[in-house]
Amino acid sequence: MSDNGTFTPVIVGFLCNWCSYRAADLAGTSRMGYPATLRDIRIMCTGRLDPTFVLRALQKGADGVLIMGCHPGQCHYQEGNYKAIRRFALLRRTLRQLGIEDERVQLHWASAAEGVRFAETVARMTEQIKQLGPLDWPRNWPNEDPYAVEEAVHE
Amino acid sequence: MSNQKPKLALYWASSCGGCEIAVLGLHEKILDVAAAFEIVFWPCVMDFKYADVEAMEDGEIDVCFFNGAIRNDENAHLAHLLRQKSKVLVAFGSCAYGGSMPGLANFYTRDDVLRWVYFDSPSTDNPDGVVPQKRVDVPEGELRLPGFWDTVRTLAQVVPVDYFLPGCPPEVSSIEAAVNAIVSGELPPPGSVIGVDVTVCDECPREKHEKKIKRFYRPQEIIPDPNICLLEQGLFCAGIATRAGCGAKCPQVGFGCRGCYGPNEGVLDHGARILSGIASVLDADTEEEVEAILDTLPDPAGYFYRFHLPGSLLRRRGRTNGKRQPVGEAAVHEPA
Amino acid sequence: MSEPRVGVYVCHCGHNIAGTVDVQHVAEWAMGLPNVVIARDNKFMCASTGQEQVEEDIKQFELTHVVVASCSPHMHEKTFRNACARAGLNPYLFEMANIREHASWVHPNDREGATNKAKALVSAAVHRVVHQQPLEPMKVDIRPETLVVGGGIAGIQAALEIADAGYHVYLVEREPSIGGHMAMFDKTFPTLDCAACILTPKMFDVGGHPNITLLTYSEVEKVDGYVGNFQVRVRKKARMVDESLCTGCGTCWEKCPIKVVDTVWEAGLGYRKAIYRPFPQAVPKYPVIDIENCTYFKTGKCRMCEKVCPTNAINYEMQDEIIDLEVGNIILATGYKLFDARRIPQYGYGRLENVFTSLEFERLTNASGPTEGKIVLRDGETTPQTVAIVHCVGSRDRNYNTHCSAICCMSSLKFAHLVMEKTGAKVYNFYIDMRPLHKGYEEFYHRIMEEGATFIRGKVSEITDVPRTPEEEDKLIVVCEDTLLGRQRRVPVDMVILAAGLEPQADAQEVAHMFGVGCGETGFFIERHPKLDPVATMTEGVFIAGACQGAKDIPDSVAQGAAAAARVLGTINQRQVTLEPIRASIDEERCSGCRICNNLCPYNAIDFIEEKGVSRVNPALCKGCGTCVAACPSQVITGAHFTFEQIMAEIDGIMIDVLSDRPVVEAV
Repeated sequence: MSDNGTFTPVIVGFLCNWCSYRAADLAGTSRMGYPATLRDIRIMCTGRLDPTFVLRALQKGADGVLIMGCHPGQCHYQEGNYKAIRRFALLRRTLRQLGIEDERVQLHWASAAEGVRFAETVARMTEQIKQLGPLDWPRNWPNEDPYAVEEAVHE
Repeated sequence: MSNQKPKLALYWASSCGGCEIAVLGLHEKILDVAAAFEIVFWPCVMDFKYADVEAMEDGEIDVCFFNGAIRNDENAHLAHLLRQKSKVLVAFGSCAYGGSMPGLANFYTRDDVLRWVYFDSPSTDNPDGVVPQKRVDVPEGELRLPGFWDTVRTLAQVVPVDYFLPGCPPEVSSIEAAVNAIVSGELPPPGSVIGVDVTVCDECPREKHEKKIKRFYRPQEIIPDPNICLLEQGLFCAGIATRAGCGAKCPQVGFGCRGCYGPNEGVLDHGARILSGIASVLDADTEEEVEAILDTLPDPAGYFYRFHLPGSLLRRRGRTNGKRQPVGEAAVHEPA
Repeated sequence: MSEPRVGVYVCHCGHNIAGTVDVQHVAEWAMGLPNVVIARDNKFMCASTGQEQVEEDIKQFELTHVVVASCSPHMHEKTFRNACARAGLNPYLFEMANIREHASWVHPNDREGATNKAKALVSAAVHRVVHQQPLEPMKVDIRPETLVVGGGIAGIQAALEIADAGYHVYLVEREPSIGGHMAMFDKTFPTLDCAACILTPKMFDVGGHPNITLLTYSEVEKVDGYVGNFQVRVRKKARMVDESLCTGCGTCWEKCPIKVVDTVWEAGLGYRKAIYRPFPQAVPKYPVIDIENCTYFKTGKCRMCEKVCPTNAINYEMQDEIIDLEVGNIILATGYKLFDARRIPQYGYGRLENVFTSLEFERLTNASGPTEGKIVLRDGETTPQTVAIVHCVGSRDRNYNTHCSAICCMSSLKFAHLVMEKTGAKVYNFYIDMRPLHKGYEEFYHRIMEEGATFIRGKVSEITDVPRTPEEEDKLIVVCEDTLLGRQRRVPVDMVILAAGLEPQADAQEVAHMFGVGCGETGFFIERHPKLDPVATMTEGVFIAGACQGAKDIPDSVAQGAAAAARVLGTINQRQVTLEPIRASIDEERCSGCRICNNLCPYNAIDFIEEKGVSRVNPALCKGCGTCVAACPSQVITGAHFTFEQIMAEIDGIMIDVLSDRPVVEAV
């Protein structure tokens, strides 16, 4: 990551096992190129997405988080993605209050057949985050403690 | 400490004083504390000086109850000092544990806070634009003020903490439990929260059913049914995700749990747990329906992080990339 | 427990990965990750040599966990899990990093980016895997009885296959007879067999089979339980005819004074009585009283059928019967609904009398239909001279259904043949694309062309009775752009047949919900895998067959019925099924009984235990989606193999190189 205009975002992806992960597989087997910005984590369903995961990724330095699931009505667990919609909407409002732009945390759908859609989503989000610049969250709390020798690390 | 009484210190950093009242709320039991411990430092109640503490040996204090968040250089100084001098450091109360009310300043920057307090608030009368300075020369000599931090921290974000005692303030029963544990030496592993590992729902006598929230109400908007779960009635209640130990006092009197005991064991982000639980039972499936319900819940982040913003994963609101002019040290308003 | 010992294997996949990702570098770098004791790169991990390497290393290095960085887990997760199991390592202590589909193949021109991503994914897997727990698959006993829902050709086939294999089947059909849509057809493409001739023997087999309990005029109301042991409640609607007494002689419906337009079996073209048997070959043979139209039920008078019945089988007091069944497996074969052609007003159906739907035409041309097989206009006597057949009505159209209905090309060709054969009329087929895909279909297409049918390529824009020329007087004019000639055409005809598409049943969503299956974008039930598992669903023990899964013709429906039966028979013969151990469990000691999770489970796997004030997951019902795990406000629900700790570790691992120069203070 550098500041001289060649900023390459790091986006953490949470992909559901049945639709979006397979869409990503299909993008691979179809050799659809997209920027190497996404680092994806497989969950069984977007209904498993704990908002803590999103916060953790941002805390650890991610510039964005992309959540992808099956289209509404097509969830392999019937309605897990509806739960994702509810949690995402509330998370987005919360993140706005914490000063995080909507473009940085996005929820999208892709069926197992939509490799193109998957690749386009990653490419589009990468561009949006390039426009916004690095998030680099921990910069928000530089050490202000004059008595601390170095940043304390406590688990 | 063979024949001597163990030494106890109590300190307040950025806090309201409620924790001190809570200790006094032990009533006659305070005598047991006095009998069991030698109190060596308690600025709220007795006249000790920082120099007295500085003069102590390292580890001389057996137990230190430290309440309040860390939001300036003085808080930090005492945190480091008491850490150095204490065998057991207890983060006492929600401010030391998660940041609590002082920690809500993390929704703003230092500049926001100073600008509001010294310029913008309607009750401010500051024609000369006086702003506190870390250091200022006056004819009598140099005056110093502790540096005012941009980000409020929890005690554990500044020094290692042995135990956490949550609550705003901690209930007398919780304090008793902690004191008893320390006196008897039956302490949980270091780093633990002293308390029970269930949530407020466990202690709340209200009837609970399957939940479907159609809209939220502010407390003044409805008179809730006295027997049914408040959340089911659309009143915000953090009890689902908040550690028990308080006896569910707030929900019992018709007010949703505010979350002062913080999350229970293993949870890294209190707000995320409340958020996820509540969002899961919104009675809506489309984005529009969900947004319509959420329009009835103003300031969700304030609700979710009321007691745990500095202690959350993100700790604070992100800065606005230096777009605003800083107030304070950089913008010097010389006193007239 | 001693320190974990992780083995990491980075696959070249020939040039597929190594051509883009610096595989050797990734393996060397992985050696520096926490807990890694051996990291290797290998040309082909999935080859026997690659697998054997893993097995040897597990023994030699006493590995406690294994990470393979290669292709998608959907490709080879099972392969490597098996390799671990062979070496005595629990297969769930294995984790895969997908550096082919998700890295090398999608970043072919970015060696550095792809390599960095591969490192991040390997690191994620290494961090995650040490938190993984050994898991044991759950075994569930299977009851040998099977429920088949829907008595069309797919359900009939499935029921017969299982019954013939010696196991009991309950076949539930909501109409008074089994047979489904196929029973309404005259001929079947491409062989022009008589539909009744090939279907009715199967229907009779079902009716008389000792291993089949046939429940017609019945609907499933409730499904509980799980694979191996479902409890199903069926409502058997009151026929008002005692099946134990009725001989099916027909006196009752001959004498019944009330004529009712038959919208089901005669597609609205013919009549039946208020007491009726849907069609002569109906199985079972017993009639049913339509209480909405019966005079006795409306006014309390008449009782004609009771008077004439020679066996006293009429019973006006009969009540619906509730039947509780216990079955091990369920096959849904609930079929399709025909697209309502009225939804396309410009085609005039319902307004222009000589516009017919395909189903109406089936009845017209059926020897047992209202015209005894004569193809005539709606006046009942005039034989058409010219007939237009419009393809893709309501299909392949963004305004209605985007899917191809799969049968319309072929049934349109069949209609063309029947019209030409029976009336000698001139036939125009208006099509978008011809899709005669299966065996013998293309040949049939050629045969119909040779028989003289005209094919016009273009989507019909309008069917009108407003003439512009004298030749168009008293005709229906089919307006379309002929895309082969590149010009607008108006073709005057006497009769139009709309080849209406196939849609999901109107209540498909409710049925799906009751049985715990999903509906796709088009509304048809979703199979577990579109290619490799087409008749299973996400709910163990529930299978789908026929047009409820997607539009299909008779041979495909039969094939799916048999396939679903084979799957069911497989589980019955095993006597047990093995379920993936990826499921949720609640720590009851720590559950506070807030009940947030209670109504989140789509499979109703979560119960609230009132006495204890805690919630509990029924492991046999849980499918492991994890929605309750994410919701639990006190974080006391664990989703096996996707635990909080595992995913958090994966996040930390995936971000290993970001902010590496800046230690992040943990929130406490």
